[in-house]
Amino acid sequence: MIRSITQQKPQEELDQLLNGLSRVFIVGCGTCVTLTCTGGRTEVDAMQRLLAARGKLITGSIVLPVACDNMTGEALQASRLMIGQAEAILVMTCAFGVQTVARQIKKIVIPALDTLFIGKETGPGQYDEVCTQCGSCIIGETGGICPVTSCHKGLVNGPCGGTNNGKCEIDQGKDCAWTMIYNRLKELNKLDAMRRLQRPRNHQGEPMPGKFRIKEAASLSPSATV
Amino acid sequence: MVSSFKKVLESGKFVVTSEIAPPKGTNLDRMKHHIELLRDKVDALNVTDHQSSVMRFPSLGGAILVKEMGGEPILQMTCRDRNRLALQADLLCAASRGVNNVLCLTGDSVILGDHKEAKAVFDLDSSQLLAAIRRLEKGKDLGGNDLDGGVSFCAGAIVTPEANPIEPQLIKFEKKVEAGAEFIQTQAVYDLDGFKKFMEYARNFDVKILAGIILLTSAAMARFMNKNVAGVNVPQALIDEMAGAPKGKAIQKGIEIAGRMISRIRNERMCDGVHIMAIGKEELVPEIMTAAGLI
Ligand code: SF4
Ligand code: SF4
Repeated sequence: MIRSITQQKPQEELDQLLNGLSRVFIVGCGTCVTLTCTGGRTEVDAMQRLLAARGKLITGSIVLPVACDNMTGEALQASRLMIGQAEAILVMTCAFGVQTVARQIKKIVIPALDTLFIGKETGPGQYDEVCTQCGSCIIGETGGICPVTSCHKGLVNGPCGGTNNGKCEIDQGKDCAWTMIYNRLKELNKLDAMRRLQRPRNHQGEPMPGKFRIKEAASLSPSATV
Repeated sequence: MVSSFKKVLESGKFVVTSEIAPPKGTNLDRMKHHIELLRDKVDALNVTDHQSSVMRFPSLGGAILVKEMGGEPILQMTCRDRNRLALQADLLCAASRGVNNVLCLTGDSVILGDHKEAKAVFDLDSSQLLAAIRRLEKGKDLGGNDLDGGVSFCAGAIVTPEANPIEPQLIKFEKKVEAGAEFIQTQAVYDLDGFKKFMEYARNFDVKILAGIILLTSAAMARFMNKNVAGVNVPQALIDEMAGAPKGKAIQKGIEIAGRMISRIRNERMCDGVHIMAIGKEELVPEIMTAAGLI
C-alpha cells in the first residue's frame, strides 16, 4: 500500500508558525501518520503537552480516521465548538490532510509536518519513494525499477560517474538505481533495453497541477466526485 | 569550421589536455595566469563548470577567455544547472565565439556543493546532450525547429574505467559514443595494468581516449581519494611511494609519479593521450609535462 511519508517540522519553525497564536486545536490522522509515528494519537498527545508547556491553550484535539477523505468535513463537525474557540488549527497529517482540513474550516491551518514523499513500505518501519508520478512512465524499459525516482538525478540512460560500489554518490545508504536496474535487466536477459539511447524525457506529460476528469463523471455518484 | 583540437585528435599525435577552473568572483587574474602558462604547452584546456557543484564564474565565460587569449578551449557543460533550452542557447553562444570543443557531463549532485538547497535540473543527461549537439549541427534544435546559422563542435565525454560495477558504466560509455562522442577523458587512472584492460575493450570503438592523470600531492590525499572519489583507486605501492618521500618533497614525488605514468602510457601507446588535472596546482602542469618528457 502506498503511504504519505511525513516528518515533524523543526521545533523552531513550529514555534515561529505558532507565534502570537495562543489558542490552538490539534488534528491528527489514523492512517499514514499513525504508521510513521508522526501524527497519530500518541504524537498528538505529546504535541498537546509540549504546546501547553509553551503556554498555549489547547482547545481540543481529534485524530481523524483518514484526514484526506471527504468525510473529514463531517468528522470535524463533531468538534466544531472546540475548533471555534481556537485561533488556529495545527494539523499533524500529511499535506493532503492539511489541505482537506483547510477547505472545511475558515481558520488558519498550520502544518506540523513536512510531507516528504509518497512512499511504499519496503520493510518494517521502512518507507521508500519508488514513483513520483511523472506522467510518462518508462519503467517498461528498466525492469520495473523507476530511474526517474530511484536515481537521485532521474537519469534515464545509465549511471552517472558518481556511482560507487552500487551506492549513490549522495548517500552510501542509498542504492544506485542504475546498479539495481542493471542487475535486474541482466537477470532477465534484457540488457538490450539499457543499451538503447533514451530520448530526452517529456517533463510535461501532465503539466502541473495535474488534473484528471472522467468523461462520464456526471453519471457517477456525488460522493466519488466531490 | 573544424576545431583545431579536432585536427590534433585526428593527427595521431599523442594528445595532451589540461584544465583550469574559473574563479569564485570576477577576479580573473589567476585564471588568466594559468591560461598564459598552459595555452602553448597543451593541445586544449578544459574549463570546468561549477566543479563539485560549487558556484563560480561560468565555464562558457572562461572558455571564451581562453579563446580570446589564443588558447584552444574545451567547454565543460554539465546538465545539472540548465534545461534543454539553456544548454542549447549556451552552445549557440559558444559556437558564435569560436568555442568549438565541448565536454558533456551529467554533473555532480547539488547536495555536494555550496548551494545545497538549489533545484537540480538534469533535464538532459550527458548522452542526450551529446545527441543534442549532433542535432544542432544538422541545423535543428531539440524542438525540431530550424536554426539560422549553424554550429560545429568536437564533442567529448567522460568515463570511469575503474567503476564498480563496471558493466553499467561501459554501457553508458557505448551510448555516449553512439550519441556522438569523439573523445573521452577518463576519470583519474593510477593502475595502468588495469587501464590497459579497459583500453583493450575501448579500442573497439571509434573514439579517442585520453587517460585522466590527477597529480598526487600527498599520501593522505591519495588515501582520501580512494575513500571518497568514485572509481579512483590509487594502488598501495603508489601510496607507499608518496609516504616515503622526504619531508616537504611529496609534491615533487607526485610530479615524478605523474610524469612516469604519462611517459609509460605514451611509450606503450596505451591510448591517444592524457588529460592532466592538477586541481588547484595548475602552475605545476608544465613540470609534470617535463617529467613526462613531453616538453
Ligand atoms: S517513470 Fe517512474 S515516476 Fe514516472 S510514472 Fe513510472 S514509476 Fe512513476
Ligand atoms: S549514483 Fe546512481 S542513483 Fe545516484 S545519481 Fe548517480 S546514477 Fe543516479
